[in-house]
This record gives sequence, C-alpha cells and structure tokens, in this order.
Amino acid sequence: MENSLSTRRNQFSVFKQPGFTIIALACFIVLYMPIVVLVVYSFNSGTSPAKWDGFSLQWYAAAWNNSAVKTATLISIIVACQASLYATILATMAAMGTTRTRPYRGQNVIYALVNQPLMVPEIVTAVALLICFAVIKELTDYRGLAYLVLSHTAFCIPFAYLPIRARLEGMDRTLELAAADLYANSWQSFRRVTLPQLWPGILAGAMLAFVISLDDVVITEFVKAPGQDTLPTYMLGQLRRAITPEINAISTALLLISAILALFVFLLGRKHGN
Amino acid sequence: MSDSVSVAIHGVSKVFGHDRNAVTALDDVSLDIREGEFFTLLGPSGCGKTTLLRLIAGFEHPTRGHIDLHGEEISHLPPYRRPVNTVFQSYALFPHMTVAENIGFGLEMQGKSKEETTSTVGEMLRLVQMEDLADRRTDQISGGQQQRVALARALAPRPRVLLLDEPLSALDYKLRKGMQIELKRLQNETGITFIFVTHDQEEALTMSDRLAVMSQGKVLQVGAPREIYAHPAVRFVADFIGDTNFLDAELLEIERDRTELKLPSGKPVSARGAARSVDGKVHIAVRPEQTTLTRDADAAHLEGHIDNVVYSGTDTHYHITLPGGESFVVRTQNRGDSGDEWQAGQTAGIVIEPGAVQILAD
Repeated sequence: MENSLSTRRNQFSVFKQPGFTIIALACFIVLYMPIVVLVVYSFNSGTSPAKWDGFSLQWYAAAWNNSAVKTATLISIIVACQASLYATILATMAAMGTTRTRPYRGQNVIYALVNQPLMVPEIVTAVALLICFAVIKELTDYRGLAYLVLSHTAFCIPFAYLPIRARLEGMDRTLELAAADLYANSWQSFRRVTLPQLWPGILAGAMLAFVISLDDVVITEFVKAPGQDTLPTYMLGQLRRAITPEINAISTALLLISAILALFVFLLGRKHGN
Repeated sequence: MSDSVSVAIHGVSKVFGHDRNAVTALDDVSLDIREGEFFTLLGPSGCGKTTLLRLIAGFEHPTRGHIDLHGEEISHLPPYRRPVNTVFQSYALFPHMTVAENIGFGLEMQGKSKEETTSTVGEMLRLVQMEDLADRRTDQISGGQQQRVALARALAPRPRVLLLDEPLSALDYKLRKGMQIELKRLQNETGITFIFVTHDQEEALTMSDRLAVMSQGKVLQVGAPREIYAHPAVRFVADFIGDTNFLDAELLEIERDRTELKLPSGKPVSARGAARSVDGKVHIAVRPEQTTLTRDADAAHLEGHIDNVVYSGTDTHYHITLPGGESFVVRTQNRGDSGDEWQAGQTAGIVIEPGAVQILAD
C-alpha cells in the first residue's frame, strides 16, 4: 500500500522538471517573436522596418495600390489554385492505388517515390527543373505559366497525399465490401461510399497543397520566366532594394491567409474525429 | 422449402499466402445448400466458416474448386454481379446515409426506378418494423436497430441467397434471443435461402433447418440439428455440440444396422449403425442426459464413484469416476419430489438409455 502510494507520488511528469517553464517560454519567444515584430512594424507610420514612428495603415494602402504586388498576388493565386487542384487529384489516385489494392511487390518503393519531393533537397529539384524546362522551352518556344503550375503540382503531391492516405487507411473497409455486395461496381462504390467519407481528407490535402504552393520561393525563383513573379519571389526581389514596411504588410496578409487555411484544416480534422 | 439446390460448393479449397507462408483456410469442401432453407455453418473461430461465406459473396475467390448458384457457376464473378447479399458482423451501414438511403442503396445500384425503390424501401421498413426511423442517421439508432437496417438493406434487392456473418454476436443476450426469432420469421416470410455463420452451437441448433459443422477448413458433418446432436459422426462434433461422455468399447457383433458392443465394465450394449474397426475397438459417445443413476447392479451398464454433485436449477450433474479412471457425467432433470438422493462419495450404477450410444468414426 505504502509502496504504491510512493510510486504514484514519484511518477514522472515533464511539467515538474527543473527549468521546464523557462525552456518552454524561451522556445515560444524564439519561434513567435520575429513574427510579432513583423506584424507590429507593418503598422509603422515611418519608412523604417526597424524604427517605430507611430501607428498607421499607410503601408497596407501602399501594398494594395502597388500594381506589381497585385500582379504577383494574382499569379500566386492562379498557380496555387491550379497546382493544388491537380496535386489533389493525383494524390487521391495515388492514395487509392497504395491503400485499395491487394499488397503488391514494390508498394513501399511507390510510397517513397510519391513522397520524393519531401526528401530530395528543394534546390536540387529547382536546378533540375530549370535545366529540363530550358530544353523544352528551346524545343517548343512556349514560355507561359504552365512550367510553374507543373513544378508546383509536383512538389505539392506529397502534402496532399499524406492526409488523404491517412483518411483512407482509417476508413472501414467493410463499407466498400458492402457497396460491392449491393451491386455497386468499383466506380459507383468509390463515388457513393468512399468519396463522401474521404472529403475531409481531400479538403485538408488540397488546403495544405495550396499553402505550400503559395509559400514557395526556391523552385519558383528558378523556374519563373521574367514577369512571372509570385508574391514570395516579388518580396525577395524587393529585399535587394530599400526595405519599407510595405513588405511587412504583404507578409502579414500572407500570414493571415495561411493561418486561416491551417485553422480550416484543423477544424475539419477535429469535426471528423481523425 | 424445395429439394432443388441453391448453392452448390464443389471441392473448394482456399489457400492464403504463398509457399512457406501459405495457410489453408478451406480444404476440399463440398456442400449442397437447398433452396429456401436456413443453413448454418457452425464451428470455432478459424475453422473457415467465414472464408466460405466470403467465397460465396465473392469477396474472395477459391484457390481450387467452384461454386454454383442454381446450376450456374458464380465463382469467377465479382460481388456486384452475384444475386447474393450479405449481413455483415459489424453491420457496415453507410454512415453518411439515412436509414432509408441505406436500404435503398442496392436497389438504386440495380438501376431500379425511383418509385420502385421508394415502395420497396417502405415495404422493407415495415418488414423490420423501422418505419418511424426512416430518416434517422445510422449513428442515431441503437445496435439492435442497426441490425434490422442491415437485414433490410440486404433483403431489399430480393437476393437468391442471404449470407449472415455472425450477425447477432454484438447484441446482448435478450436482444439476441429476440433477433433469432425475428430472423426465422423473416426467412419464412421471404422464402430466401439463408446461410448463417456462427460459433454458437445453441444458436445453430435452434435456428437451422440443416447445419454443417466445420473444423480446420473441413466440413465434418452435415445434417439437421436433431441428427447432428443425436448422432455425431466424429469426436469433434460430439464434443463441440453439447456435453458428451467419451468411452472405449469392444466390438462383439456387427449386424446390418446395429452393432453389439462390450463396455469397459464388461456389460453389453447395442448401438445404431454398423461400426468399422480394424482392431475390434471403437470410440463411443454418450450424452449425459441420456443416462441415469441406479442402485440396481444388474440394470447398470457402468459403475463408478461419485466425486461431485452439481445442482443447476433445472438439472443436477453427477461427476463420476469409472474404475478405469475415465470421467463420466450423468445429468438428471430435477423434479419436485427428487431430493438429494445421491451424494458425493457414494458408489452408483449408471444406466444408459436405449439408443443413446453413438459410435464415432475416429
């Protein structure tokens, strides 16, 4: 009796370790302080991103009226919408192919191949795409947005694939057997039984892909043609000149969009208990 | 019930895995299931009964042999081309559809018109007494109600055969008893062939027209419940269904349809059927309730020492050790006037009722 009491008292708790509170606080400060500073200075009325001159929304107005920012935003959204759509469709197909088949040889290899963009250094992919697309440009003389869409689609696939696959693996397989038993062929069974339950996974995957595409600098910087700046590459370009809080304002807006999408993914996941 | 065959299983084997990892789930099984009968596959878990059901449904394909439905081979068809429906152990109701949508799913997939689907769904809802819950979601109804929806959903397309995979195992005792009667009623009303899988021998005996007892991928015996209980062919069947005493006996004389045996006590006894034996010895089974205790040494077939008397309400069980060391159980029904006539420690004679001795093939 005494023994069991004393073990309960000595149970390991990470909260009670010396320095826990300080380390945790320090981590949060290091993680979020820069973002807080960025957001705060986006409201600066002066021209310096480091010296506070008073509150103003002038940099938001400036960004809003900057036609280069508008163009870059539009391209970002066009590319992100298309890339996340294509990546999600392909990822859904890949997820079906890796969870709804009899186990086959090389299944793990395919899993690794689908997730390749997570493992290959982004700069390597960027250089490879640059060289590859240069050849195609030479041959076809096409210089449009498709190159960006294509490369964004490629690196978005694993981000869409993972939540969709997780959802498929968590689903009750007997439901699909029941559909087949009730005269539904493979396509009907997918459309009427699998897909309605897969939606949360697909939406989560699509939003993740959208944010990842919206965020990308390295591959975009290498692949884009002149005049195809996305918001991140435009901002990178601006940093080489004089920095004004306009960049802070754009960053804050981008942060807000990403945060809203992330919140959406989280809520979807929680609502469906997965 | 007619005598025409509904499902014919011809020499079906099913092997999972390859080479050294191969597991034989079914080993050369042949069965004829008649049209309109309530047929049960009974056996312990892992005996292959569910695999056989999945082969009939089309979720698996046989490694060897073939399955015919009304004379036509179906073993190569996908599940959605077989006029066979399944009630799953977990019910497998579609969570994103209402009760009525679940029941109508099969009809819709068959391409039935809206009007026909609606009227059949209504009919099915009445059949399982669920009219009030048609628009509920399936997670808003109780386990027993889900069971009814699963049944209605599988019956709605009017299958030739209904497969039921341990559908009552998730229900509590009272609900299970109710559903047993309900299932029999549905089978009578629809006239559809039911193939029912269970590991519960009592359930199998009460519900089936005929049953097949399975073990380790083989069918050991097929017959009506009474036949299986009274005349188990092999030791496993005798042991799995009900309680049984096993004894060794010697062959005295074999006639056309009866066999004279000598019990370990030296007393003679006769059994139905002609026995086959190489060395003149056979194994026999005797049901405990077909034996009684006596003080009359001449009438007794066996004699033994009472170790234990267990009172269980309707019955009393006497655990007896025979002189050869074998244990033997005698079960007698308690009546108003029966007192505690026999006590542990006494020596008692055992009378075996005529026809109670069953010769086992193994």
